[in-house]
Amino acid sequence: MIRLVLFLSILVLTGCDFKERKKSTSENSEFVSTGFATADSLGIPVYNFDDLETLLYTKDDKTYIINFWATWCAPCIKELPYFEKINQQGEANNWKVILVSLDMPSMWKSKLIPFIRNKDLQSEVVILDDPDQNSWIPKVDKNWSGAIPATLIYNRNKRKFYEQTFTYEMLNKELGEFK
Amino acid sequence: MKYLLVNLVLITVFLSHNGFLNEIDKGYGIGDYATDFSLPDINGKRISLADFKDAKGYLVIFTCNTCPYAIAYEDRIIALDKKYKTKGVPVIAINPNDPDLQPADDIQHMKKRAIEKGFTFPYLVDEKQEIFPQYGATKTPHVYLLEKTKQGNVVRYIGTIDDNYSDESAVKTKYVENAVDALLNGEEISLTTTRAIGCSIKSRKR
Repeated sequence: MIRLVLFLSILVLTGCDFKERKKSTSENSEFVSTGFATADSLGIPVYNFDDLETLLYTKDDKTYIINFWATWCAPCIKELPYFEKINQQGEANNWKVILVSLDMPSMWKSKLIPFIRNKDLQSEVVILDDPDQNSWIPKVDKNWSGAIPATLIYNRNKRKFYEQTFTYEMLNKELGEFK
Repeated sequence: MKYLLVNLVLITVFLSHNGFLNEIDKGYGIGDYATDFSLPDINGKRISLADFKDAKGYLVIFTCNTCPYAIAYEDRIIALDKKYKTKGVPVIAINPNDPDLQPADDIQHMKKRAIEKGFTFPYLVDEKQEIFPQYGATKTPHVYLLEKTKQGNVVRYIGTIDDNYSDESAVKTKYVENAVDALLNGEEISLTTTRAIGCSIKSRKR
């Protein structure tokens, strides 16, 4: 019983800590705080860069395709079906697509979630909400100007960043080099 | 003549081998001389940097009507112009997007936006899409602070306006203001390049 209480209190404490940290990334923003309060109801995780960074360095035998996009970015939307198609082939090829949305907090409920539903996106979608972009953009890649779409492909042995749009064929070709 | 041609070819081979041409493709770095231009504003009047006789420098900002980040920064761009125009560093905004690819960035929409928002600065069209690649702008908004010198306009800062696009009241560092203030005070600019998320410039050539 004591153990259970201890466990629960740790859970509550870490939970609170987590919440505080999230809020501190964007104090004073009405959108973000409501956004965070309803992060569960969004159904997809909202990360600051520290949280996201772990997804950029997973050390297993998979190849990861991390695509930075937003619903307001027309060239991103155009290439999204190719990433979806690649993701569908993930099991056979041991790779995985993660779509990192840079949609603004005010767009999460009005644009992003309806978009994910309407397009029936199957790839994992996470939200990156970290306004201090100058601090984290170079951590994704030192040459990234910040324009999207942008894509990072990596596995244990190789890592390459692309500030460009992709076709399905181009993606497939690049992934061939990660085998 | 033949000798000259051979020489030119050799120079070209040498330069491309050394990646020098690639560097040119990437646009300006800090300390480079930036090109002047003659681009039409929303009323068709041609504007050049050289028109601003008393300027000490320029804030050349590639921006547009359609990008949420550009829109988020519109008021702050107006404020920058109001603050620094009188001190000799006016804002010159250039819309680099191809309106065939982004119809809401055509001249009519630019005009409408400029009037609605009360732009206090020229809003120019990169009509041949030749200026933004020379500067190396990749996205909107993308800011270049130039210092006017006798030798030409020197690039002193490249990047974003401040460290919080979504909430002006939560801004901790005003990169552009710090850079312009340092320039005007004859001090060294401490942070000369910054990066931010932006909308890629819509162009058929890229």
